[in-house]
Amino acid sequence: MKPAPFQYVAAQTIEQALQLKAEHGDEARFLAGGQSLVPTMNFRLTQPAMLIDINPLNELAGVSNGAGERLRIGALTRYRNLERDPATAPHLPLIAEALPHIAHPQIRNRGTIGGNLAHADPASEMPAIVLTLGGRLRAQSAKGERWIDAANFFVGALTTALEPDEMLMEVELPKAPPRSGACFMEMSRRRGDFAIIGVACIVRLDDQGRCAEARIGLCNAGDGPVFATQASASLAGRTIGKDEIGEAAKLVQSAIDPGGSIHASKEFQRHVAGVLTTRALTKANERARGAA
Amino acid sequence: MSTEMHAITVTVNGTHYSRQVEGRLLLSDFLRHDLLLAGTHVGCEHGVCGACTVIFDGAPVRSCLMFAAQTDGHRIETVEGLAADRDHLHPLQQAMRDCHGLQCGYCTPGILMTMKVFLEETPNPDEAQIREALSGNLCRCTGYQHIVEAVQLAAERMRK
Amino acid sequence: MNVTTRNFGAPIRRNEDPRLLSGQALFVDDVELPGMLYAAFLRSNVAHARIRSIDVTAARARDGVVAVYIAEDLGDYWAPGPLLVPPPPIEGITFNQRTQVPLAKDKVRHVGEPLAVVLAQSRYLAEDALADITVELDPLPAVVDLEKALTGDARVHDDVRGNIAARVRQSRGDYAAARSRAKHVIARRFHYDHGASSPIETRGVVANWDARANQLTIWDTTQAPVFLRNGLAGMLGLSERQVRVIAPFVGGGFGPKIMLFYPEEVVIPWAAMRHNRPIKWIEDRLEHFFATTQERGQTHDAEIALDADGRILGVKDVFLHDTGAYNPYGLTVPINSQCTLLGPYVIPSYDSTFTAIFTSKPIVTPYRGAGRQHGVFVIERLMDIAAHELKIDRVEIRRRNLIPPDAFPYNNEIIYQDFAPLSYDSGNYAPILDKALAMIGYDKFLADEQQRLRAQGRHVGVGVACYVEGTGIGPYEGAKVQVQANGKVSVATGIGTQGQGHFTSFAQIVADQLGVEVPDVDVVTGDTDQFYWGAGTFASRGAVVAGNAVNEAAKAVRQKILKLAAEHFECAEEDLEIANGAVSVVGVPGQAIKLGALAVKANPMRGAVKPGAEPGLESTQYFGPPGGATAAGVHAMIVEVDPQTFTLEVLKYVVVHDCGTVINPLILAGQIHGGVAQGVGNAFYEQLVFDDDGQLLNASLADYLLPTALEVPHVDIAHTVTVSPLNPLGIKGAGEAGAIPVGPLFAQAIEDALGLLDRNVELNEIPLSPGRLFELTAKLR
Repeated sequence: MKPAPFQYVAAQTIEQALQLKAEHGDEARFLAGGQSLVPTMNFRLTQPAMLIDINPLNELAGVSNGAGERLRIGALTRYRNLERDPATAPHLPLIAEALPHIAHPQIRNRGTIGGNLAHADPASEMPAIVLTLGGRLRAQSAKGERWIDAANFFVGALTTALEPDEMLMEVELPKAPPRSGACFMEMSRRRGDFAIIGVACIVRLDDQGRCAEARIGLCNAGDGPVFATQASASLAGRTIGKDEIGEAAKLVQSAIDPGGSIHASKEFQRHVAGVLTTRALTKANERARGAA
Repeated sequence: MSTEMHAITVTVNGTHYSRQVEGRLLLSDFLRHDLLLAGTHVGCEHGVCGACTVIFDGAPVRSCLMFAAQTDGHRIETVEGLAADRDHLHPLQQAMRDCHGLQCGYCTPGILMTMKVFLEETPNPDEAQIREALSGNLCRCTGYQHIVEAVQLAAERMRK
Repeated sequence: MNVTTRNFGAPIRRNEDPRLLSGQALFVDDVELPGMLYAAFLRSNVAHARIRSIDVTAARARDGVVAVYIAEDLGDYWAPGPLLVPPPPIEGITFNQRTQVPLAKDKVRHVGEPLAVVLAQSRYLAEDALADITVELDPLPAVVDLEKALTGDARVHDDVRGNIAARVRQSRGDYAAARSRAKHVIARRFHYDHGASSPIETRGVVANWDARANQLTIWDTTQAPVFLRNGLAGMLGLSERQVRVIAPFVGGGFGPKIMLFYPEEVVIPWAAMRHNRPIKWIEDRLEHFFATTQERGQTHDAEIALDADGRILGVKDVFLHDTGAYNPYGLTVPINSQCTLLGPYVIPSYDSTFTAIFTSKPIVTPYRGAGRQHGVFVIERLMDIAAHELKIDRVEIRRRNLIPPDAFPYNNEIIYQDFAPLSYDSGNYAPILDKALAMIGYDKFLADEQQRLRAQGRHVGVGVACYVEGTGIGPYEGAKVQVQANGKVSVATGIGTQGQGHFTSFAQIVADQLGVEVPDVDVVTGDTDQFYWGAGTFASRGAVVAGNAVNEAAKAVRQKILKLAAEHFECAEEDLEIANGAVSVVGVPGQAIKLGALAVKANPMRGAVKPGAEPGLESTQYFGPPGGATAAGVHAMIVEVDPQTFTLEVLKYVVVHDCGTVINPLILAGQIHGGVAQGVGNAFYEQLVFDDDGQLLNASLADYLLPTALEVPHVDIAHTVTVSPLNPLGIKGAGEAGAIPVGPLFAQAIEDALGLLDRNVELNEIPLSPGRLFELTAKLR
């Protein structure tokens, strides 16, 4: 299982990396953490002609404050650093709760959030979380840069809105607002495996204790991350109790179109989606009340 | 297709190695067959089993998912560098021996490198934490129990 | 001057560990030789096809490629492999021998079957060249489903109708009569699927032909170096003395590494002789799923006849066994299933028939448990269902049927895998059961805790499963023990080691006999130049058979020491004591001689020796048991099941095991832990998923789920000791015990946790999984 031959280039600057990508398009791939890319290369399922190693570009990593109540996470930020960053738990609780489910410590020591988002595996946690949070992503090419809303970024299985000459530079996410609670839950066969279903939800309460906004997203529930629009909207303005949660869970079940796999049938995925939505919403609601 | 070579200087267990490597040469193969440090083992070449785990700039990583060409200017530790010398094993190695934490020994180097850093970061772990830290290394022989005991014993000895 | 038992039975640390722990132990891929070439095999990506053509021209022309071979290039060397295990002498047997070939010719019969081999300057280049090879295949329908294989038109082997590899019927007593007398007859269909051994080290072969020395050296991950040497010498036209097979440190065996004359094992040495250069082939993980043997499934239609008290009158079982595309290992796996079904129970009448079926899938040969799991699943499930139907406690029904302790040796009459009637040498089963029940807290759990937890909304259940394990079969093993001039002792034996600790357990045996320390005993295994004869490491026989051979050789050396020392001190042998590496006269301080010095004395450079004297303090002895020794055990488990997601957590796991005398309890515990871990994988995580075209859908460790430290529970172990009368050390094997009863244990405990039997849902298949439990409980929602 040795990779096919390719030309390896260690990028010295962002400009160089973008220039090479512009020249070679889809024939060249960026090497970030490599934890998703290199296995496919070792299996020879992927055979890029060129690998542009962007690991030397330290300026692409790091968490900083953005405008308003937002955080900017550089694409090259490794999961390991997100785990250890003091900003993650208070401001990005969904990410903090999902991180232990992402593969294993050795993978998280190299894997990057940008690499994962650009890879866009429908079963991955990060795309679902970014979508649930309503984040936006910055892409850059030799020609310029643009911001893409999460809702438009994930186009399909392993497909994003990135053009062949673009690199994902950062993702901007809203910090957890006051009077809110979040919960990420996942069911997988073993810890660290791809989720059979993962649910991310946020509940924000108004000063009467009613739900001001709820956002529910799922991974491995379709050919990309899924935002359960109807289920999320169903909770707005209401006091969340068992009935409301049950209703939302049912709406989630009818909204999703899971693909099934050897590990779980579609029916089972749909069933688990209902179960986890119920549990995650209950927990998010409790946490929101606790934060109120 | 060009078989361009890349000059790298990488520090492994404190020794500087300058080599020319093909771009696609996996770090696991480089360590084992170019540097003849065969203690790091290969089990799957897709990043799941953990047998190839080495410490890269202080963090345990899968050497089968990195290219030797990426290591220029970086620092690697492998199992050969763990013991101070032949007569003084690292407490983890000693504890693994005392607790029968290895049988065929093939997954062992990857586990040692993973747990070395784990114990440095979590010097007083409970069983649940140890098992979680261990979950990225597959062992087919031991059922993990004696490994967990060895890590607990090593942690205790290292705290003294 | 008794033999000490300081070391035997003690939890001695292993001799081999310092090297393994510091990365200084040689595994096959660590062998680096000047001028070495690297091999890669082109493998079929369809399960069944006729080969129209293979064009290797482009591959041969690639830079860095030294040679490419297909079947035709092997000439007369090409031949189907030998039948490793002939069918046992059972009356009326049908057996169609079809064995694997070095490179496919005319037809491919499973995904992964090798079509061509590339030799190149590196494995990377060899894999590049695989893409240059053009193969034209005419696909044929794949034979996948066992029942369809029997009745359909597709044939894995053109001349084998119904794909029947074998049909075997064994019986004792009169089942029909038993059935007619029975108060209860319970019939069910069971499916049991076992998986791929998946050792962390895959297979590998390095072959080095030195034409000037006229010597072929082979490093191979094999569990049977002696037989490999003999077979390859014959195939290559060499004398056995010209061939040296070394099984160095091997990263896990578990059975499939004892399959012999794998295509790669046969091709690489041939290629090495052709090129007069060392050639290395290391199997990668993807190849391992196809190229190394595995176990798979059986479908059993079984029936149990019981009296009003739940006593078994008889069992009838008809089963289909998937043997894969070829059957070089004969009938070992299904015979084990057939025999081990009888378990620790009195089953007066037994009628068992199996049909082994060729399929378009990789070859099936023993993997830890070797078919015993399948049989144990059937009988344990029948007992559980019977208990429920008769309203008897499931432990009580087992207890009523256990073979009583005064009934041994217990003859089950039917023929076992060692070709002898299945006879249990010794056993005492009720105490094992009692101990397991006490350790798991069975009564208290059912009377009290389970309800208490249920009231909290937690679904917790208990499981108890019994089994026996035939171990320590022949034919024989040998060992050479020698005291060296430096006082250390060297031991050599023909079996190999894949983590079982032979370097230590055998040293313990010798250390006690010869009064030396365990670290001063150097054990060599797996090198045919160091020991010529032997069968191999399989079927939980290493400690029993080779261990006893080591003991006999050590005893013989001890006799020589005493005889020579008695001459030296001019005293009687009874007055001597061997301890601390020296022989001394009891009660006379100063009258002592170190063993090393005595060894020098035994090998004089000059002078006359007595006729018949052998030089040195050395002896080679062989041990062949008259039959297998039957170990037994009980596993018990408490499991919590999430009733909505069907994920589970094992809260408590207990093993009580009886393998007779124990050499090293630490090593034994490790074997049990490891076996249980593989059993847990088999029960709930691992499954080879083939589609209707014979394609394996989960050929990676990301999708073939080996349990991690988070899935394998802590295991509490206890022992009882029922000595084997079949060998002087009284030991029985233990290598497979942990893996055998875990399937039925999970089924029973999950049923208990979710109250399934009362709701008419039975779990009669393995593996289970959350998704499968969801499907099986559909009617409850």
